[in-house]
Amino acid sequence: MKTLLVKGSEAIALGALAADCRCYFGYPITPQNEIPELMARELPKRGGVFLQAESELAAVNMLLGAASTGVRAMTSSSSPGISLMAETFSYLAALELPAVIVNVSRGGPGLGGIEASQGDYFQATRGAGHGDYHFLVLSPASIQEAYELTARAFSLAEKYRQPALILTDALLGQMKEPLRLRRLRFPRYPVEDWALTGARGRPGRTLRSLFLGPGELRARNLLLQRKYQAMRREARAEILYAEGAELVVTAFGSLSRIVREAVEMAREKGYPVAFLRPITLFPFPDRPYRKLAEGGQPFLVVELNCGQMVEDVRLAVCGRSRVESLALPPSDLPAPEDIYRRIRRCLAQR
Amino acid sequence: MSGPKMKFVFPRVLTERPFHYCPGCHHGIVHRLLAEVLEELELRERAYGVASIGCACFLYYYFDIDICEAPHGRACAAATGAKRARPELAVFTYQGDGDFAAIGLNESLQAAARGERITAIMINNTVYGMTGGQLSPTTLPGQRTTTTPEGRDPRMYGYPLKVAEILAQFPGVAYCARVAVNSPRRVLEARQALRQAFLAQLEDRGFGYVEVLSACPVNWKLDPVSANKKVDELTQTFPLKIFRTWEGL
Repeated sequence: MKTLLVKGSEAIALGALAADCRCYFGYPITPQNEIPELMARELPKRGGVFLQAESELAAVNMLLGAASTGVRAMTSSSSPGISLMAETFSYLAALELPAVIVNVSRGGPGLGGIEASQGDYFQATRGAGHGDYHFLVLSPASIQEAYELTARAFSLAEKYRQPALILTDALLGQMKEPLRLRRLRFPRYPVEDWALTGARGRPGRTLRSLFLGPGELRARNLLLQRKYQAMRREARAEILYAEGAELVVTAFGSLSRIVREAVEMAREKGYPVAFLRPITLFPFPDRPYRKLAEGGQPFLVVELNCGQMVEDVRLAVCGRSRVESLALPPSDLPAPEDIYRRIRRCLAQR
Repeated sequence: MSGPKMKFVFPRVLTERPFHYCPGCHHGIVHRLLAEVLEELELRERAYGVASIGCACFLYYYFDIDICEAPHGRACAAATGAKRARPELAVFTYQGDGDFAAIGLNESLQAAARGERITAIMINNTVYGMTGGQLSPTTLPGQRTTTTPEGRDPRMYGYPLKVAEILAQFPGVAYCARVAVNSPRRVLEARQALRQAFLAQLEDRGFGYVEVLSACPVNWKLDPVSANKKVDELTQTFPLKIFRTWEGL
C-alpha cells in the first residue's frame, strides 16, 4: 500500500478520486485551492471532467446539473464561497441530488480571515439555505480520515439521494500527514430509477421542487423529514475513556486533536476524563452523549467559534448533565495546556 | 381543392396537457416549435431540458422528455454541468429575459463564452411575466411596468440590454439569432433558428442561442391582437436577425 505525505485538502481530492468522482466544479478561494488544483491535474487523465466556474454560484449549479444525471460529482470551497452556494444547497436537497460539497472553512463573519475556524458549524448542520432540509455532514480529524470520509460521503449521498458536506478547516486542509492510500470499498447505489439520462424507452422524467397543488408541498416535506430520520442510523462518534469518567470533554474536527492531547494530559495526572468526538455533525450522534450523561457527569464542549456545537450537546443530554462551553473565536489556536487548565477547573467545581 | 394537403400532426414530444399560458401569450407557439424541432432531429430520447424560473417553469408539464429545474438565473450553469457530465445528451435551457439577462447574466454570458455545447432559448417579452409585469433588463425606454409606473426613465434605469448583440461577439457562440413569432412567416423562421441552435451543439460547433421576441398581453395591458402587433414595435429596438452562424450552414 502506497503512503503519501499530503495536505488535508489533497487527501480530500484523493478520497474523491478513490470514490470514482467523475466531475469537479469549483472557484478559487483560500485555503482549499489544492483540491481544484489536484482535480485539474488528475480528473481529465481518468476521463473525468474538471471545470473552473465563474463563481461559486455557477460551480454549485454545475454540480446540480451533473448530479441530476446520476454522475458522481463534487465541489469545494471555503466559508464565504459556501455562503454564496446556499440558495442552491436548498435546491440540491429539494431535488434529492447525491452531490458532495467540501467546506475547508476559515474565520468569519464577512471576509474574516484565512485561519482555522469552526464558525460554520451552524451553517453546515442547519442547512444554510431556505426551507426545512438538512445535509449529511461529516467532519474529519486527520488526513487519513479526510480521505476516507470523502469517499464515504459519495456512497452515503447516493444511498440517501442526498447532498453530503465535508466540514473541515484551514488547519486540517493545510497541514501535512502521512496518508495510506487504502483501497476503499464503500458501496455504490443504483441511480437508474431517478437520474436524468434521456427518456430512452420510458416517459420523460422531472426533477423539480415546485409543488403548488393542495397538500403537495406538505407531503414533500414529510417525505424529506422521514429520510432525515432514516439517516440517523449513520451517526458516528469516537469515544475514549468512557469507563468511570467524571468529566466528558467533547470537540470535533481538527481542534479535537488538541483537545484529545489535553485529555491525555489530564488522564496522565490521574483525572478520569472521557473524550468524545462526533464524526457526523448531522445526524448528530445524540446516543453516546445521552448515555454518558446518564451518570450526571458534566460535559465540556470545546470549539473554535463562539459556541455552536454546544447547543446540540445541550439538546442531546437534555438537562441530565451540566454542559460547559469553552468557546474560542478564531485567531490563535489554543495549546493543550490551555484546555487542560479548563478541564481542571471543571473537575474542581464538582 | 388543389395544392398541398394541410395535415395536423401532434408532436409526440408534447404531452396532451393544455397550456396554462394567458390568451395571446407566445410561449405556446414557441413550445410547439421546440417540440417539432426535437422531434425532427430525433432528440426525444436524449433531450435534457432546464426549466427556469418564470411563466415557463412548468415546461415539464408539456414536454415528455427529461427536465430539471434550476434556481433563478442558473439555467446555463446547470445545463453546463449536465452536458459536461453526459455529452451525449442534447441539453437546452428555456429562460425569460429576467432569468437569462438580469439575475443570470453572468452564468449566461460565461457559458456562451466557454462555447458550451448547449442551446439557450430566451423568451424576451420585456417584463417579468410571472411576478406581474415589473421592469426587466429589456424593458423599452418609456415603457410602463408595475415598477416604472411613469415609464422606464433612461436616466434612472438606462437602456435595454441587447443580449443577442452581446453574444454575437463571442467566438464560442456558434449560432445566435433573434426571431419573433407574431406572423406565420416569422413562425417558420423561428422554427428554422431553433433547429440551427440545436445543430450547433449536435455538430459540436459551440453555443446555440435563440432570442424570441414574445407578446405578454396581460402585463402589457393589451388585447392579444394588439399585443401581437406591438411585437413589430419591439423589432425597432431588437432587430430580427441571424447575428452569428457557421460557414456552410
